[in-house]
Amino acid sequence: MEVVGRTVAIEASGLGKVYDGVTAIDGLSFQVFAGEIFGLLGPNGAGKSTTLRILITILRPTAGHATVLGHDVVREADRVRHLIGYVPQERAIDRFLTGREHLLLLGDLYHLPKSETRKRIAEILKLVDLEEQADRPARTYSGGMKRKLDLACGLLPNPKILFLDEPTLGLDVQSRLRIWDYVRRLREQGITIVMTTNYLDEADRLCDRLAIIDGGRIKALGSPSELKAGLGGDIISLTVGASETACVDRLASELKGLPSIRAISTKQTGLDIRVESPEKALPVVLEAANRAACRLEFIDYHRPRLDDVFVALTGHAIREEFPKAEEP
Amino acid sequence: MSAYVQEIGALTMRWVRRLSREKFSLVFTLVQPMLFWLIFFGNLFQRTADAQVVQAPNYISFLVAGVVVMTVLNNGLAGGVDLLFDKENGFLERLLSTPIHRTSVVLSRFLFVMTITCLQILVILGVAALFGVRPATGFLGVAVILFIGMLFGVGLTAISMAIAFSVKSHGDFFSALGFLSLPLIFLSSALVPLAAMPAWMSMLARFNPMTWAIDAIRPLILSGWAEALPRLGMVVAIMVVFDAFCLYGSARAFRRTIG
Repeated sequence: MEVVGRTVAIEASGLGKVYDGVTAIDGLSFQVFAGEIFGLLGPNGAGKSTTLRILITILRPTAGHATVLGHDVVREADRVRHLIGYVPQERAIDRFLTGREHLLLLGDLYHLPKSETRKRIAEILKLVDLEEQADRPARTYSGGMKRKLDLACGLLPNPKILFLDEPTLGLDVQSRLRIWDYVRRLREQGITIVMTTNYLDEADRLCDRLAIIDGGRIKALGSPSELKAGLGGDIISLTVGASETACVDRLASELKGLPSIRAISTKQTGLDIRVESPEKALPVVLEAANRAACRLEFIDYHRPRLDDVFVALTGHAIREEFPKAEEP
Repeated sequence: MSAYVQEIGALTMRWVRRLSREKFSLVFTLVQPMLFWLIFFGNLFQRTADAQVVQAPNYISFLVAGVVVMTVLNNGLAGGVDLLFDKENGFLERLLSTPIHRTSVVLSRFLFVMTITCLQILVILGVAALFGVRPATGFLGVAVILFIGMLFGVGLTAISMAIAFSVKSHGDFFSALGFLSLPLIFLSSALVPLAAMPAWMSMLARFNPMTWAIDAIRPLILSGWAEALPRLGMVVAIMVVFDAFCLYGSARAFRRTIG
């Protein structure tokens, strides 16, 4: 299958899953191209993991269908399982086994001859830098080491496609960067990567293309730069004084409908204003603030970031519990 | 076929490795608490129990069959718990994303639980021998005791797995387990013969498959083949029905979880 010169590795069309009457995902259609890092980005409960589990054949869709390298994930599940590797979200590790024993076990589950398993284990342990700890029981591993072992397990079958479920969830910054580095190296070796994430910076910096998922539906599909460009214009962020939060709404209604303003989203302590050109819009915005008798504490403008895209598409931030200012 | 053997072998070895890594748990698995029933309970009630009532030379020799089946009960009912942990921490999902036959994980668990149970029964019979209780039917009798234990154990392990696949948390699992196990023991002929029970209890005990297993094993230890054979026929028939029922339920629970 060729689409503008690119090989399609995964094709999902109209995928739906209903659990006990609750719709987890609803009519997802997308393609993943061979050799790219494809991200499913969305908040917790958006349906990312459900989508991933269908693609790796451990959940059956209740609607639609999907193929992985041309094989149907339901009818040819066994074929698909031979071609993929999976790195689950939880630290799916048996604390009593050593790292090497995990890999030996998987070698048998993929029906590899012992010699082949041993050869691959040596290579993979080197790649994820876990050679020294390979013969220690996994219960002595740090979080980062467990993640490396997880990754090693996913790589053991020598997969054409590697599925990663929230690969850096809960990791410290260094471990995160290292995992990103491994993932990029895998892409260089020609492995297609499909990953879920709810980190905007991870999606932005690591993924070649993204599907933004919210409420079980795809809101947008494209490369991070396409998505940001699609939003158009720049963002002016205003922060009002702490005692003046009441004027945020007043200011918003002053700005609404003015020619150089594209969209406005209000936060507790200020406003994000999407504009065509900040040079033209800034005087207008300041004038409006004056009229609304709003004392501004802080003004800042920037190119759209993925979090701006996310808010624009879904109407809410990806993680409500964090104040937006803390997003990198 | 060789692929199937390879994956089941590897999965079973995993359970063995886990057990061998926990030295304490290894020792306490083989020399396990059921022995206390035999040693303490058996000796404690030696004089209280009437040889006429229990129909045995002494209480401890009466109790051996009960302790054997109680061991099968406990092992069987706990047999699913490791799968529950696997389900909870995502290991099961990792296993199921590999090209293994869907039944391999479950089968490896059966193999492991049955092997451990056999070893434990042998330890119990060994300890019983120290107290002077030797099976009247000899080594063949011991083999038949193991066979009955396995027949009962398969059904129990299946129940345990069904609960493991159905519950939301392992708290629920252990509650369900605790709730099941004691009544099953008291409402059986493990500690007291049916004839010595209050009528309502002996009536309920007759519906307990455990009673049938115990009543078949007891003559193998106490009297001999002549008395044991008719009961053996009965227990095999009952256990086949019991196992079929449990396996069916467990297969349904499994399919619901795996989808």
